[in-house]
Amino acid sequence: MVRELADERIAPRAAEIDATAEFPWDLKELLAKQDLIGIAFSARFGGTELDNIGQAIVVEEIARADATTSLIVIVQKLGALPIMVAGTEEQQARYFPRLASGEWMAAFGLTEASAGSDVAGIRMRARRDGDDYVLSGSKRFITHGSIANLVTIFAMTDPAAGRKGLSAFIVETDTPGFSAPRVEHKMGIRGSPTAELHFDEVRVPAANRIGEEGEGFSIAMATLDRSRLSIAAQAVGIAQGATDFAVSYAAQREQFGERIADMEGIQFMLADMASGIEAARQLTYAAAAAVDANAADLAYWTSSAKLIAGDMAMRVTTDAVQVLGGYGYVSEYPVERMMRDAKITQLYEGTQQVQRMIVARQLLRRAGVSRPSR
Amino acid sequence: MVCIKQVPATTAAKRYTADLRLDRAAAEAVINPLDEYAIEQALRLQESGAVESVGYLSMGPDQAGEALRRALAMGGDDATLVTDPALGGADAWATARVLAAALDKLAPDVALMGMASDDARGSLVPGAVAALRGVPLLSYGSELRIEGSAARVRRLTADGFDIVEAPMPVVASVTDQVGEPRYASLKGIMAAKRKPMETWSLADIGLSADDLHGAALTRVVEARKPEAKSPTERVEGVGADEAVTRIADWLAARKLI
Repeated sequence: MVRELADERIAPRAAEIDATAEFPWDLKELLAKQDLIGIAFSARFGGTELDNIGQAIVVEEIARADATTSLIVIVQKLGALPIMVAGTEEQQARYFPRLASGEWMAAFGLTEASAGSDVAGIRMRARRDGDDYVLSGSKRFITHGSIANLVTIFAMTDPAAGRKGLSAFIVETDTPGFSAPRVEHKMGIRGSPTAELHFDEVRVPAANRIGEEGEGFSIAMATLDRSRLSIAAQAVGIAQGATDFAVSYAAQREQFGERIADMEGIQFMLADMASGIEAARQLTYAAAAAVDANAADLAYWTSSAKLIAGDMAMRVTTDAVQVLGGYGYVSEYPVERMMRDAKITQLYEGTQQVQRMIVARQLLRRAGVSRPSR
Repeated sequence: MVCIKQVPATTAAKRYTADLRLDRAAAEAVINPLDEYAIEQALRLQESGAVESVGYLSMGPDQAGEALRRALAMGGDDATLVTDPALGGADAWATARVLAAALDKLAPDVALMGMASDDARGSLVPGAVAALRGVPLLSYGSELRIEGSAARVRRLTADGFDIVEAPMPVVASVTDQVGEPRYASLKGIMAAKRKPMETWSLADIGLSADDLHGAALTRVVEARKPEAKSPTERVEGVGADEAVTRIADWLAARKLI
């Protein structure tokens, strides 16, 4: 069903979404109507409640057609994950039905201009004032930040305490003082608005704090440890889309009197592409199983999957462009877009270098030789 | 009650058995695309409250149950599959005989069908079922409505449209004008697994293999590929302006423009 929908309704829109850099509201409605926007949400809140393997398959199939559109599903979950892992029943009951149905959209606000992977460098402040918190500061590179109705925001309640002073909040974006003054011009995933968010004394009720004060860092890590799985699945999907196109192109393109698909040089490339995808897909499923089981070392699996899948997607989409030759480099064919889209999977939700740090940390912990965290 | 047929996908490679029947096990199978319009029409009637329930009926091998499950994922309440070893190679007449007998048992107000099947394209079954059951036929509707105890179709004609009405029960067939069939939603797919589906044999609908004269009154005499048409001319490797000029010249030479 998802593949049919992706082939018939999403793939034909992909080039236009990329060219215009406009968010595909029509496809967001379509995903909502087909119950795909709420795949990560519990059935008691109106979600479809797929397990993590099911979610990975849905994300892969959509990303196969268009990476931007797959982010609609991915970020709906990412924005809600802090509430899933640490929110109260009351917070979930208040927000999840609207997110599961797609009536509202969510975003995740952690990154700042000078605090990417180094979460302890966050400057945004949350000052307690009676029954409220007052948020001030800025966030950058927030996917869907300008179109979301709800953003989960991480801000310092105790700046002197470093990452132990970080807390998480649910911010409704119609709250006075909230603005999204600017969106980025990007290389890929161009239909997905990546926004700068500005908080000018934004007043948030204390009931919207997620977890306790000071738990922000662990909530953010628990979120990213789980959400990275979606990026691995997205990477697998982008690579599969590029490979499918390269195979059909190679089967009809003739040079020197034969199909290029019959040339060993092309066949070896296609075989490397396909087997690389399959390896990354199986690792992604293994990571999904680890998240489903809430395994203690699930970060080891999700970071490994995102690392392998992201690098694979970059390599495979680059090779897809190579198979098409000059045609691969022009926007008449989809593979150059897929190559640009693939790059982001090596960057967001932790760069590939950060994934290696996480995997290594887990390795040392297993071996019992880890250093106490700074 | 929507009657649906599982057919090989249009794009599937087709193979034939020794007696020139389509090898159905070898081809990817889908709901007959023209039946999807009948399903869509039925579900719209249910959503508007015009009908209480929507069921599906199919005759075919065991795997036709997959087509029924797919239909249930789009909506509707229950499904019935008539399957029997004696039905292998059933032609349009045998199919109509079986569907008519099953419909006698199910007794729906409307037996709704697509205008044709994508594989055989005989368009015989709706009329034959109506004749066998002795009920009115409302064929080729671009829309089906229920008005009190009557069913009514709007049928496009060369110079307008006819409105044809008959008291229920009726057999009706609809065209692709009814509106685009919906995609099954994820919740629909999950709910379909729990919807009731019955499997009936020929005996369950009061028929025997003898009643069907070996499942067919017709026999396939020959099957062959259509003759290739003259090769396609391709305009390639020139700029857009030059390509347009050449195509226009080609059309003009044949007095097509």
